[in-house]
Amino acid sequence: MNESGMVVVGAGEAGVRAALELRSLGWDGEITLIGNEGLLPYERPKLSKELLIAVEEPSPAAVVSEAQLAEERIDWVSGDAVRRIDREGHRVELASGREIPYMRLLLATGAKPRKLEIAGDGAGDLIYLRRYEDAVRLRESLRNGSRVVVIGGGFIGLEVAASAIQRGCAVTLLEAGRRLLARGVPEAIAKVVEQEHRKQGVRIVTGASLERIDKGAGEFKLRLADGTVIPCDIVIAGIGAVPETALAEKSGLDIDNGIRVNEKLQTSDPNIFAAGDCCSFPHVLFGNHRIRLEAWRNAVDQGMHAAGNMLGSEKPYGVVPWFWSDQYDLTLQVAGLTDRAVTIVERNMGEEGQIYFHLNEEGTVVAVSGIGSGGSLAKHIRIGEMLVEKQAKPAAEALADHTVRLKQLMR
Amino acid sequence: MSGEWIEVCAVDEIEEEDVIRFDHGERTFAVYRTDKGHFYASDGYCTHEKFHLSNGLVMGNVIECPKHNGRFDIPTGAAKRAPVCVDLRTYPVKVESDSVFIKID
Ligand SMILES: Cc1cc2nc3c(=O)[nH]c(=O)nc-3n(C[C@H](O)[C@H](O)[C@H](O)COP(=O)(O)OP(=O)(O)OC[C@H]3O[C@@H](n4cnc5c(N)ncnc54)[C@H](O)[C@@H]3O)c2cc1C
Ligand code: FES
Repeated sequence: MNESGMVVVGAGEAGVRAALELRSLGWDGEITLIGNEGLLPYERPKLSKELLIAVEEPSPAAVVSEAQLAEERIDWVSGDAVRRIDREGHRVELASGREIPYMRLLLATGAKPRKLEIAGDGAGDLIYLRRYEDAVRLRESLRNGSRVVVIGGGFIGLEVAASAIQRGCAVTLLEAGRRLLARGVPEAIAKVVEQEHRKQGVRIVTGASLERIDKGAGEFKLRLADGTVIPCDIVIAGIGAVPETALAEKSGLDIDNGIRVNEKLQTSDPNIFAAGDCCSFPHVLFGNHRIRLEAWRNAVDQGMHAAGNMLGSEKPYGVVPWFWSDQYDLTLQVAGLTDRAVTIVERNMGEEGQIYFHLNEEGTVVAVSGIGSGGSLAKHIRIGEMLVEKQAKPAAEALADHTVRLKQLMR
Repeated sequence: MSGEWIEVCAVDEIEEEDVIRFDHGERTFAVYRTDKGHFYASDGYCTHEKFHLSNGLVMGNVIECPKHNGRFDIPTGAAKRAPVCVDLRTYPVKVESDSVFIKID
């Protein structure tokens, strides 16, 4: 048998960070990074933003080079999928038939787009956005004057709508709920986003109840419950993501809205860890409330954290969740968990934008959110994030008063 | 390497543990003052994307980019945290008669 080492399944953001971190923490044995995409790990957030509006044929924004992987002695297995985990024998089996032994295994399998279940023969031709190839295909079809319908008013749907408008398309966005960004973002921010989209020319329909999607004569026809028919050339569905748990499930690991891990990111098998979009974990900062995140920085941080625990450091993961979204020249950021809050305190930053502090029953800051252009809000959000981390309880009046320096409230 | 010293601002125009933007000709810089009272300077834009570091947070000797939270060591410009992987270019700084100067080529 080969010497068994550290094996990482999924060469996305979490997987590659884990592999690099294992090496920098001093693990000297084998590290194998297995990815089924056939591309070097790349920045997924760009797929709905820069990549779609790029004038010239874009390329994936790789997060490491092959040379760097070689230098760190990371064995990168590309374009091959792990099909089975032999937990007794400590081996993974690949689609190609190859078998790789492991001492510790990390599952960083990410998430995949939720499929829209809808009547009509057009449903099979919807575009979903998760992978580089999806973005390339979408970019090619976003031609000047194309009629585009985006289903779903969440982050990805809105970013795609913004990109499509900037490519000169006629864009309609359908949201089933009462408002945009219903998950995790205060209504006031959602309003700013909605206004900007309308100003840029996106037609937004909230409370839209889609009944069927038909295809014929080179176009789609979307029918809503109220009888409206929307003809268009391209339909993109951005209705959320589901964790990629198939492999874990087949291997008998506990699943609970994702691969279930404990606060040390360990699955129900102590030799197998999970990180990133694929796992649900109890968050130590929020009373061990179990969450699953779909956020870039969490993938980075959990990947690195899992690496430490694979080497035996046994530390709980407690990084404040953080997310950003770019639409036009607006940037929105959320740190913490807004749904743990009962009150919202607004801090008006004038020209810079708006910041909201989200407080729980005890007045502890559990989240901070903000929207603005030009990037000057980021610093304040970052300090807000530190307040969340410290579980600070500053006076609401101080939070609301923009003349009070936030850094002061940390002390 | 030759270069000239350019006056940036008065010492007290940069707060402790903070950073300001300094534009000179076509170029833009970030000039830092650490909590220990030391001054440093680097290129203005992050090496990940073209985002100005003067909106970032200074923590000890580290500047954190406001866009995706990449980090650099301020004195050396070394990239410290993902997603940044390319070091930041730094410039010599001196303080003379209560003014901050940087040396650029
Ligand atoms: C279009 C888009 C825009 C986004 N924008 C933002 C943003 O603005 N801000 C933000 O914070 N977050 C954003 N995100 C979310 C962020 O990109 C994800 O949270 C992050 O990529 C998760 O990393 P991950 O490593 O957990 O999963 P992934 O990046 O999905 O990587 C998992 C990898 O594992 C592979 N894999 C799965 N199963 C197997 C197997 N059995 N064998 C081998 N390989 C396997 C998958 O193919 C994939 O390559 C965006 C995501 C998308 C799709
Ligand atoms: S632009 Fe600085 S970290 Fe991305």
